[in-house]
Parts: sequence; structure tokens; C-alpha cells
Amino acid sequence: MFKIEPDRSQYPAHNPDGSCDIDLSSGKYVKIWHGPNHPGITGNMSLELTICGDEVVEGRTRVGYLHRGFEKLMERRTFIQVFPIVCRVCVPEPDLNEYCYAAAIEELAGIEVPDYANWMRTLILEMGRFNSYMMYLGGQSGSLGMGVIGQWTTYVRDLMLDRFEELTGARVYHMFILPGGVRDVLPDGFAARMEETLKTAERYLDDVDKVMFQNAVFNKRTRGVGYIDPALFDSYGVTGPTARAGGATTDVRRDAPYLKYDELDFEPVTGTDSDIWARADVRRRDTRLSIDLIRQILVKMQKPGEYFAKIPNVLHWKIPYGETYIRGESSRGEYGYYLVTDGTGYPRRINVRGPSYTHAMALLERLIVNTNISDVGALMVSLHTYPPEIER
Amino acid sequence: MKDEKYTPLPRRPIGLDREELKKRTVTAPDGQTFEVDPIRDYYCQDAPKAHQRSYIKIVEDFFNWCRAESLWILGYGTGCGAIEMRPLMTPRFDAYRYGIQWRPTPRQANLLMISGYLSVKTLKRAIRSYEQMQNPKYVVGLGSCTINGGMYWDSYNTIKKLDEYLPVDLYIAGCMPRPEALLAGFEDLKKIIKAGGGEGANKYAENFEWYKANQKSVIKDWDMPDYNW
Amino acid sequence: MRALYDRLKDRFQLGELTRQRPDLGFVTVGRDHLRALLVELKDVEGFTHLVLFTAVDWLEDGQFQLTYLLNNRATAQDLGVRLMIPREGASMDTIHDLWPTAETYQRELYEMFGIDFPGSPRVDEDFILEGWTDLPPNRRDFDTKEYSEATFAERAGRESHDPRDHMKQKLYPDGE
Repeated sequence: MFKIEPDRSQYPAHNPDGSCDIDLSSGKYVKIWHGPNHPGITGNMSLELTICGDEVVEGRTRVGYLHRGFEKLMERRTFIQVFPIVCRVCVPEPDLNEYCYAAAIEELAGIEVPDYANWMRTLILEMGRFNSYMMYLGGQSGSLGMGVIGQWTTYVRDLMLDRFEELTGARVYHMFILPGGVRDVLPDGFAARMEETLKTAERYLDDVDKVMFQNAVFNKRTRGVGYIDPALFDSYGVTGPTARAGGATTDVRRDAPYLKYDELDFEPVTGTDSDIWARADVRRRDTRLSIDLIRQILVKMQKPGEYFAKIPNVLHWKIPYGETYIRGESSRGEYGYYLVTDGTGYPRRINVRGPSYTHAMALLERLIVNTNISDVGALMVSLHTYPPEIER
Repeated sequence: MKDEKYTPLPRRPIGLDREELKKRTVTAPDGQTFEVDPIRDYYCQDAPKAHQRSYIKIVEDFFNWCRAESLWILGYGTGCGAIEMRPLMTPRFDAYRYGIQWRPTPRQANLLMISGYLSVKTLKRAIRSYEQMQNPKYVVGLGSCTINGGMYWDSYNTIKKLDEYLPVDLYIAGCMPRPEALLAGFEDLKKIIKAGGGEGANKYAENFEWYKANQKSVIKDWDMPDYNW
Repeated sequence: MRALYDRLKDRFQLGELTRQRPDLGFVTVGRDHLRALLVELKDVEGFTHLVLFTAVDWLEDGQFQLTYLLNNRATAQDLGVRLMIPREGASMDTIHDLWPTAETYQRELYEMFGIDFPGSPRVDEDFILEGWTDLPPNRRDFDTKEYSEATFAERAGRESHDPRDHMKQKLYPDGE
């Protein structure tokens, strides 16, 4: 392990609270906008950077470009009408939203979900996680100039989208998990075609291992960069692969098993270095874990049975007062829905806890100080932020 | 609609009242002082002009053919439709074979894809990006939410009709449109341009006042000049 | 969960414990005891992870409910701390010194609910909305449909239905 620590003594000192006395009129600093219309940004968000030379002295995350007022719109819709909205909260991995919302409703309304539906949900979630990691691997390598890996991973993701299409009829927003169960059973021969896809994916992942993780440029530019102190994990709400790369073993699938994760055999993937390389490495191995889990699920799944529980008439569906919080492990970290009902036919409040909310705001603003401007893109991507879940 | 009891909390100034947009004196590191008026100095205030067609039809047709065969898209994902852009530029669908490619900056692009719903905050950036693009330029609206609001019809933060604010050449319906639909849409756009129908930039220049009035009625925090070169 | 509640109940004058699940409970606390309770939970009881911090608008009672959801990673337990504050002139003490990430939540609540957090850094900056002059949008007396119709141009020919009435007419025409 080698760590690169550039000499940063000549750059401006910071106050204990992390702020920096910057006099923009002195001509020493330049303020630039990194995004929203910028190829090196993850989606439609922006960073307002103050730079001195090529070192960032202050960074501010600006979000809100994707705000649709979902939490307000949900309060205006009946429980079943909310369901097409929730998947749009997070575009690359929409299924976890559907699961969290459905599980929250089922808990408050006291609906028992059939066993087979739970297996189907687990399968869908793992497929979604695989897709999301594929986007990440392409983005992380693309942020360091390796375009070809993005081409491969997007192709593999497309193959998985074919399986999604076969199962749900849609490529991006599947709307498959709804309160009460799932929409359908597995089509005939699905397991065989899935196995074929997974084999192709493994072949491409082997190539990614060689071209990305054994690449000297990738190693030199990511090792020791973007280090997050594990002591900060709790105060900054760091979860998921970002925390696991620093040695923490937080994985909601293991800590508080939901769906059928307690019947699956796996160990959370962890790293040690807590830098960009470690985060990429954890996600690479987590992708393999996802592949393994999909195989396990397809073996352990029973014959198609009941897949949808009886739910009340959706027009008169009133849920008594209650509040709950449902969490799941997304590809970025802990994802959760906080739902409050008040006895009427509409939810009183739904709050989405996206992992990007803590990662991309307070944490990124802290990490970005004193990095080189050429590392900003890679650092941002390594936190795996999806802006829509910050602002909903 | 206002609640009488609610007293607004203090906010930082918005629009042209902002500190960094005020006139100020700057001292350079070498000791020189000079006046800076950001809105006047950093932008050109001239309104856009309509582009003259050429007098001979065959020349204009040749130009249009050239324009149609090199659609360069501004890589600005304004909404969730941006997720289908990635498959579009990778081997599976490979839009590059139709002369379509993605550019990082508006100066090099001539096609603005509004990929999905536009929140008010993004609309402002989309307008700036559009105005910075070179003539001739085209706008394609993606998804139901650009056409009539789609599922965000009652949202307080998304626009419902894109052609009120930007001259749209083509809409591609769907939520969200599949890559195949996008490819078909590009082919249609090419037909429109070849037939001489891609006149969005001229329309924008001719109805400039109307577009600006619409844009300003929605964007409360207007902190840019009327036209961004 | 019950043992924890019994330990803390008298010291912080907690309200009744609602056990939603074996690993999830909600308690109500008074404003005076909130900070002490959060510090105790964080430093002594191991609830170190602030999962989320949000507000619920109870318009009928004229109150905001603030929910601080804390997670104990070691025992995998969640405790939601509820606090009621009046809607008029809503203001609350900041907790950004306990969890730096709370700063973001407080900026959002300031903007979307109009709850003030004196002393929280950059709380009056634009967070999600830009140049918003109306009521804070997540308050329940703000009508998003009315605002949307008044502000944004609509395409002629689009029919918008109230979701509930439309479903009733289309799916269950005979009433039921």
C-alpha cells in the first residue's frame, strides 16, 4: 500500500469549523461551477468550487435541479396511486423504492405477503443492485478517462435490462413490487436465460478487473485519494459500500435482514483503506456477490405459488394512525422510507432517506477541501451519488 | 393562498440583488484596481438575430443535409431520461453510426435534448445552455413530462409545456422513451431538418420577447442577462 | 427496547413508548429534555447513527412533529424521538454540533416547512428551491395543484382529473 500525500502547507489555513476565510477580490482565488451541465458530474447537480491554483479550498454542493416535490405529491394521492411515483425517486435503482414503500404500507395496514412474492422481491432487488453497480463501474472509470469500461458495463447492464423487460415489461421503471406482493410470476425458462446473462457478466467483469483495477493510472490516481476517516462514519451518516470500504461491516442485508436475506448465504464485503480505490474495489466485489445471490435465489425459490395478497378496495383503503420506518440496503447505502398515516385514505407524510443525501452534501463538502481539481470528478463518483434521491 | 399567520423566514437575497452581481472594485495581485460590473462585463447583451436562408434552394438543401447528418447532442441530462442516453451511445444501440454524438459543451453542440421533466431551477440552466449553442440549433423534448406535465401535472416545481419556453422541434413520447424510440425520433428530426423545417433558432429570435416573458413569469430568481452568448 | 425506555423514562420525562416493531420504537419528549436525551442516546446508549431528521405537519392541531430517528448499529435497534412544536413561529434548537450531517436536514426543513434553526450554518441559503416566495411547499396549507395551475402554462386538450374521483368513476361506477 502506498499513500500519496502532497505537500499542502502553502495553501490557506482552515478555521476549526472547516470554513476558510476567502477574499475573492484578492485575485488569488477563482470560483468555478462544476456542473450541472458538465460531463464530470454524476447527474444533474453541481459543485461550487473555490480554487487556489489547482487546489480546491472550498466546495459547496448545490442541488435541487431535479426537485419534483414528490413528498408533496404523495400526500395528494391515495395509497395505491403513490406506487407509480415512488420508483421515480431514484432512477438507476428504482426497485428498492418500491419495496420500501410497499413494506411500509403492508406493515401499517397489517398485510401478510406470500412467501413466493418475497423471493421475487429479493430477486428484483439484487438485479437492480447489479445494474446500479454496472453504472458505477462505468462512471468511476470514465471519470479517470477510461471510456471503454463504460461501454462494456453499459452493455452488460443492457443484458440485465433484457431480463427485467422479460420479467416486468419495462426497462427502467419496472413498477413490479406493489403493496401486497408482486405483479407476476417468473416466466418459463427465466433461470436458464439469467444464467447465460450472469456468465456474460462475469466474463466482462474479469476484463474490468484486468483493465481497470490492474491499470497503473487507475491505481496511482485513486490510492490514498479521498480518504474518509472511519471515525467520521457515524457523525456524517456514512453507510453502505462507502462505509464498508473503511472497514465497517454495516450492511442492512446482514444487520437487519429483510425479505429473504436471512435464508441466503453471504458475508458483507469489506475493504480497509477507505479511499477511492477501496470503494471501487468493494463495489466490484459486491457486484460478484450480487451475481452469487441471484444464483442462490433462483435455486432456493420454490415453485410459483401465491404471489399477491388480498388488499382492501383501493378506493376505500384507509390506514389507521401509525408511523414506521423501513430500510433496505441499496447499492449506495442505507435507503429508507418514513411513513406516517393518519386514518384517512392518503398518507400524511412520506420521507425518503437516500444515502446520497448525507454522502453528497455534508460529507462531500468536507472531503473536497484540499483535493486537486482533477480528482474532484473521481471523488464525487466514488461516493456513488444519485441526485434525485437528495431532493426528490 | 397565502396564510396570514405565516411570516416568511429571512432568506439570502435573490436575483440581481445578489452580492456577487453588484458593481465592485477589484484589486489585482499586482496592485492595479479596476471596476467590475458582472452583468455588463461578463456577457454580451445583444438580442439574437434570425439567420438568413440562402437564395438558391439547392444550396440551402445541401446545408440542411449537412446539418441533418451531424446532430451533436449537448451532454446535459436534465431529468431521468438521461439514463437511456448511456445505452444509446454504447454498442447495443450505437447512435454514433447515424452521425449523432455527445459533446460536453454547448459551443460544440447543435441539439439540446431535454431529457424529461424540467424543474424551474433546471429550466434556467437549460435556457442558458440553449442560448450558448451556435445556430442552427434544435431542441428535442423527451417524455410525457415535457409535453404536458405527465405525471407531474400538479407539481409546484416542474413546467408543463416546454414549447412555451424553448422552441421545440420534436417531442418523443413515453415515460421514459426506449432507445429504439429515440433512434426513430432522431430519424424523424433528420427528415424535418432536410425538409427545411428545423427553424427553431429563427423562431426563437423572431419571438424573443414572447419567450422571455414566459421564461421570466416562471423563473423568479432571474440573475442573468436577457440573452447569454 | 423496553429496558432502555425504563432506564430513560423518568430522567427525561418521556411519553409513552410506541413499539412499532421489536427493533423500532417511538417516544415523545419535551423540548427542554430533547438535547439531553439525544446526547445521552448518542454517547451512552450507542445510538450513534442519525438515520433521518424530518418533520410532519399536523395542521389540524397547529403543530409540527419533528422526528429524530436514531440507529444503534451494534444492537440493530431504531429509536424515533418525537417532538411537537407549535406551527406559528416554528423554531427549534440546532443539533448540527452533534451530527454535522444534521445541517443538511435543517436546511431542508427551513426551506420546505419554514422551521427556523437559529445557529445552524448556512440555514438561510437556497437549498432545493430557487427564489421561492410562496408558502414553504411542504406545509399542508400550501396547495400544489392551485399553484401549478396559476404558474405554469398548460397544454390545451389535456384533461386533468382529481386522482381519487377519477378512479372512483372509472373503476367503480356504481359507487360500492
